[in-house]
Amino acid sequence: MTGTTPKAAAARESLLDLLSSIKDPELPVVNIVELGIVRDIVVDGDSVQVDVTPTYSGCPAMQVIEQDIVQALEGDGFRTVKVRYVFSPPWTTDWLAESTKTKLREFGIAPPTGVETSGTADLVTLRRTRKTIDCPYCGSANTEERSEFGSTACKAIHYCNSCHQPFDYFKDF
Amino acid sequence: MTPASEVAENDLFEYLLRLGDDRLVLGHRLSEWCGHGPILEEDIALANISLDLIGQATLYLGLGGEMEGKGRDADALAYFREAVEFRNLQIVELPKGDFAFTIARQFLFDVYSLHQLEFLQKSANADLAGIASKGYKEVRYHVRHSSEWLQRLGDGTEESHNRAQKALDELWRFTGEMFEPDDVDNRLAEAGVVPDLESLEQKWRAMVSDVIQLATLSIPSDTFMLAGGRSGRHTEYLGHMLSEMQIVARSHPGASW
Repeated sequence: MTGTTPKAAAARESLLDLLSSIKDPELPVVNIVELGIVRDIVVDGDSVQVDVTPTYSGCPAMQVIEQDIVQALEGDGFRTVKVRYVFSPPWTTDWLAESTKTKLREFGIAPPTGVETSGTADLVTLRRTRKTIDCPYCGSANTEERSEFGSTACKAIHYCNSCHQPFDYFKDF
Repeated sequence: MTPASEVAENDLFEYLLRLGDDRLVLGHRLSEWCGHGPILEEDIALANISLDLIGQATLYLGLGGEMEGKGRDADALAYFREAVEFRNLQIVELPKGDFAFTIARQFLFDVYSLHQLEFLQKSANADLAGIASKGYKEVRYHVRHSSEWLQRLGDGTEESHNRAQKALDELWRFTGEMFEPDDVDNRLAEAGVVPDLESLEQKWRAMVSDVIQLATLSIPSDTFMLAGGRSGRHTEYLGHMLSEMQIVARSHPGASW
């Protein structure tokens, strides 16, 4: 957020509050501000532009989120609402706050544990060390990865060997 | 070195079509597995990867349409061009084959895409770099998926080993095209916008050889290579695929839901 005057900053804060009421349609416990995809809000009279960064290239939730943003801001009295996609720097799960991770865990989704995205050494070996993901239900570390691709682009499928419950892992990205 | 700002928009448009078409066609081929995967987890994985690829294609084609400046968006480019106007590699348009063929093709393409996007993240063109940096993160997951499967298939049963080797043998002649530069590649590489194909090929070959060895498979000795996709010469399969992919958009132009 680029701050200008205290008044403009306050206006932006209140719009952020408004956008916090928009949930990710595929992840209804987390709102789009907590998810870290709202990057900037620029107000110019009765028009407003919201900069949004997509999570995954093909995430179908983005279209719904765009409509929700337009609807919320038009409802707030803006005549023109523009949603602009920005790609740099790319969105990362490292932007999720601890409080957001707690919400995910309480919802039954194991939160991301930190991204390692440099180098290619661990990319192509079956014997790579896999992270231990604690079960969001019973807390056990005795879990295993079933697939790095799950019910949505952002989730992987894991299984808990202690409470025998399959669970989603919000994968590091 | 040519400054990035002086690069012809026409060259960029051409390169963005290549990036977009590779992913659009491969993503569509992969989507044909939806509901037909060998196991549930794999069905979901292939559909997820397909979604990533089609999402990436939408971004490249969208930017391409802006560069072209004729008012064509990603949908117009995807649904209203003929096969001869597609700029994808021939390898991505081949029918999906069996699971081993699909995995071997994904693997050969994923490793190419990984190193291509690794460079493009730092492209002198900022818009291209932004889109590529997102795709790069996705492709890291794709490479893990396809390389692990290739190892399981190659080092699995006699049946899976033979099928994986047969797939590599059939696909190998389509890989040369990835690294055959033309004037567009040369001009853009000179300006630091896209990777130089010679160094890309070295990185590809090193990783591909490693995994093929781990999978107890062999690199085909075939050195005959096909080419032509980048200039619109395609196999008979692309037209059939496009007619299916484009029929709804062409039958109901402008329809939305």
